[in-house]
Amino acid sequence: MTAPIAAAAARGYGRNYLPFAYPALAITAMVIVFPWLFTLFMSAHEWKIGSPREFVGFANYVKLAGDPRFLESIGHTLWFTLLSVVLPIAFGTGAALVFNERFPLRGFCRAVFILPMMATPVAVALVWKMMFHPQLGVLNYILTSVGLPPSLWHTSIDTVIPTLVMVEVWHWTPLVMLIVLGGLAAAPTEPYESARLDGANAWQMFRYITLPLIMPFVVLAVVIRTIDALKAFDTIFVISEGGPGTASETINIYLYLQAFAFYNIGYASAIVVVFFVLIIVLAMVLLWLRQKSKWS
Amino acid sequence: MSAPARTSELSWLARRVASKLAFGFAVFVIVSPAILVMLWMLSLSLKNEVDNMAYPPVFIPSPPTLANFEAVFENSNLMRYLVNSLLVTGGATLVAILVGVPAGYGIAKASAHRTAICILIARITPALSYLIPLYMMFQMLGLTGSLWPIFITHLVITIPIFVYVMIGFFESLPPDLEEAALIDGCTLWQAFRHVALPLARPGIVVAMILSIIFSWNNFVFGAVLGGRQTRTLPAAVYNMLTFEQVAWGPLAAAALLVTAPVLVLTLFIQKEIVGGLTAGGVKGG
Repeated sequence: MTAPIAAAAARGYGRNYLPFAYPALAITAMVIVFPWLFTLFMSAHEWKIGSPREFVGFANYVKLAGDPRFLESIGHTLWFTLLSVVLPIAFGTGAALVFNERFPLRGFCRAVFILPMMATPVAVALVWKMMFHPQLGVLNYILTSVGLPPSLWHTSIDTVIPTLVMVEVWHWTPLVMLIVLGGLAAAPTEPYESARLDGANAWQMFRYITLPLIMPFVVLAVVIRTIDALKAFDTIFVISEGGPGTASETINIYLYLQAFAFYNIGYASAIVVVFFVLIIVLAMVLLWLRQKSKWS
Repeated sequence: MSAPARTSELSWLARRVASKLAFGFAVFVIVSPAILVMLWMLSLSLKNEVDNMAYPPVFIPSPPTLANFEAVFENSNLMRYLVNSLLVTGGATLVAILVGVPAGYGIAKASAHRTAICILIARITPALSYLIPLYMMFQMLGLTGSLWPIFITHLVITIPIFVYVMIGFFESLPPDLEEAALIDGCTLWQAFRHVALPLARPGIVVAMILSIIFSWNNFVFGAVLGGRQTRTLPAAVYNMLTFEQVAWGPLAAAALLVTAPVLVLTLFIQKEIVGGLTAGGVKGG
């Protein structure tokens, strides 16, 4: 009896299952790994669509290091990312605490709350753009009718990035809420009961029990949010197109313009390589922080 | 029941009512940004152009008009773009089912987290970074006039979603049944096909919904790779903004038409969506 079981177990464990993943890996390699190699190849060339390519080695990278527009776009990206991580994390965690309680219509309210992250980004970005209109927009009407000065929103250099962050926060706070809610749902109840017996108040219970328990999930949300904010494209492209001037031009937008508006394929490829390295480095740092938060 | 027990029950009730009111307010504050933007989109789409350009703004359309929706259908190639979107999203989701479900199974069973990370990288990479080389490749292959490039790039959205949701699902499935099948002499493929796969239907449904939504919503692939005839809906709506005279009503109507199916889907099956998203923390593009 033991022989067939052992044989079945030997068949049923480990590497024998890997062929199941081969088709998916093959397609992923075709659509992602090949483009990477091709991008590296292109980035070493002066290559404009319609004209012959010319090997230039690292010249594109050298040019990037001295391109003020590119350096500025890194600053915009980091500022946009910082705001678009911190604010949704704060709001999303708060919302998760609320949705973790039981109340009537909770399912429906939660469904409404997650609508922004499911809605088509381009479609809602268009609606936001109409709401931001400095003369006719509904947001300035609301601001002035409660006695606040109207804002120039995406049409002013000073307010364009906070305006875009506002839309990004609206869009992605629900994802943070869902991740943290998952953590809250998995949290044990015993610590709360004993803390209550010991006379702990609500803030103390949050600070010393809830927060440590959900910390790994908050960090996961930070990782996901950082990656997504760095890559943000649709909202910025539709609402400000990187403007006014270049005031909201992130790396992703600059990259798009170089590739598909100016057709500098070689130069755009060099931007892709630098951008990708930046994302990987930030993601690794955050994942390392996550491991630390898991073990401590 | 004794008197003290009754009073403590009453104060418990009072506290419960107070906390309910506080929560009602908190929930209202939390939910209102989502509702207000959607309602404003609806309002813009149902008003005539005079009301849309009025200041102070007209909040409730009176009388509501469907003229904007008629204008969208008359003046644009909307049906064409709808078909494009359906073909791209449907095709990419179908392929993702075929390769993503076995992949999720294999990775879960082999605990091959490195393989999983390979596919996760698709989630980290900015869409534009593989769009440039693929754009060049499709140009060389002469595929640019067709839907193929858009369909192929959408696989980058759908396959990782499927792999991730299915890994989570198969890891939570007790292995006993398949082990019994293996002992009875099934091959690994038969154990997967006849035992695990039928049990995986709920997971597949969740992955399918998420994959459909995030593929449907994708803008940049359709915008870069789509031509006049081959745009997907989000790219077509964006194009209305740039190339036609900007009229708010039809624009809002088009935006609403694109996003309404997704919103309705979300409201109806929110429980499954919430489950799938919390399991994997996935999102496309």
